[in-house]
Amino acid sequence: MTSPTLELQQVSVYYGKQAAIEQASLNVRAGELMALVGPSGCGKSSLLASINRMTDGVPGCSVKGTVLLGGEPLASNRDATALRRRIGMVFQQPNPFPLSIIDNLRFPLAEHGVPRRERDIRAEQALRAVGLWEEVSGRLSQSALGLSGGQQQRLCIARALVLKPQVLLLDEPCSALDPVSSKVVEELIVSLKGRYTLLMVTHNLAQARRIADSVTVCWVQEGCGCVVESNDCRQVFEQPSHPITAAYCAGEAG
Amino acid sequence: MRWPDRLAGVIGALLLLAVLVPMGLMLWSLLEQGAGVISVDFLLDDPRQAGRAGGIAALLVSTGWILAVCLLVAVPMGLGCALYLSEQVPAGTRRAQWLGGTLDMLAAVPSIVYGLFGYQFFAISLGLGFSLLSGGLALALMVLPLMIRSAEQALRAVPLSYRQAGESLSISRWGWVRRILIPQAAPGIAVGIILSIGRALAETAVLLFTAGYVLRQPDSLLDSGRALSVHIYDLAMNVPGGMPRAAATGLVLVAILIVLNLSVRRLLRPAQGAWQ
Repeated sequence: MTSPTLELQQVSVYYGKQAAIEQASLNVRAGELMALVGPSGCGKSSLLASINRMTDGVPGCSVKGTVLLGGEPLASNRDATALRRRIGMVFQQPNPFPLSIIDNLRFPLAEHGVPRRERDIRAEQALRAVGLWEEVSGRLSQSALGLSGGQQQRLCIARALVLKPQVLLLDEPCSALDPVSSKVVEELIVSLKGRYTLLMVTHNLAQARRIADSVTVCWVQEGCGCVVESNDCRQVFEQPSHPITAAYCAGEAG
Repeated sequence: MRWPDRLAGVIGALLLLAVLVPMGLMLWSLLEQGAGVISVDFLLDDPRQAGRAGGIAALLVSTGWILAVCLLVAVPMGLGCALYLSEQVPAGTRRAQWLGGTLDMLAAVPSIVYGLFGYQFFAISLGLGFSLLSGGLALALMVLPLMIRSAEQALRAVPLSYRQAGESLSISRWGWVRRILIPQAAPGIAVGIILSIGRALAETAVLLFTAGYVLRQPDSLLDSGRALSVHIYDLAMNVPGGMPRAAATGLVLVAILIVLNLSVRRLLRPAQGAWQ
């Protein structure tokens, strides 16, 4: 399986007439991890949600611009099902389904028409990929809600991976976790580089600097979010081209 | 503890007593008057001499059929309406307020009005006559608003984060409803069903107009039949010396309610886990 490039061209997200973010462009190289950073309210989560069209379900929300996956523009009017198979998503709060651990993985597989005998094999693969197999293989039929926060989040990543996506969108995947769990999930995300193209929203600049290959900085200007800089991680942190980036990364703004 | 807290505690305890004591007295008076009548024969015999003698077997059968018709209609229809409201009508919109307000108003309509309507519509217009079917259908109409509203509340209370997870994985609407939404809302839906059963079993006015008050065993759903609550009313009001048997019938009704409540609760426990 090859991971594709993910490119956003002039993407704007509106809630009613109010723009959350305007004219955002960025380019995640194949198999790389890009961090999307910026202060609260700069529209970075809205931008992330527009990529797999989670914004479709929000009343009054509209999206303009083009998203290219592997160089191919995504059709914006088609059913989102096929798109969401290629682009998985992980949320800030771990949100496993109130089912057993194994059913959290079997359920999406069943929904996507994977034959019954293949489901458990793929579930095990996904659990191994997130390093959860050793911990839960003895209690697969117990409720997923009995897992710790960090384990739940890894299960949610496994649940996204079980559909074999090419891209993973991560919306502050560590910020609701304790420091130890956060570290485990962070290491997991690093291990996914290469096999998946990753775009991660984070508030944690230190984390972005530690693990991201490239960084996009969003900011609020005139009441609306925008991208001020998008570049290699080292470039952004060491030789920022924009004064806002410089101030933000030095901890003087934001 | 400071005195306002202590006072509030005392007032709360007194209020609780004010509720529990009349309930206890009520049950005691039923037991005092009716316990002597209750026996296996009372449950298995048909009533004789307008209910002064014999048992309540025919009434148990009639009540069972009426309740079955009522629930078979009200539960699926109520759940369907509640699903529509919770999935298709966003909370806080005008449509939601309008539909919700209408349902609340329907829930507050006096039961005798449902009785008159049921008589006119089911018994006369549809030609079902005084029958268990007419009675069950009229009762279903009466409990539907309650059923819909409580199921809707339970469905709306399912966390948004599950919905997000489902959407991000492109879970189908049906899969979402069947595997996550309804199982999560099940305890709340159970409360709606329990309240509906309670109202249906206690109802007299609707059934006087629709199911009738014939005392014999019904042969089919199109036969007229007397429900337990109608029997209690008739024994207490129209039959001299009927009080002990009215009380005994009341005890049976209470017992049935308790058993049904417990079984619905058990049936719709918070669902979780095992699924192949």
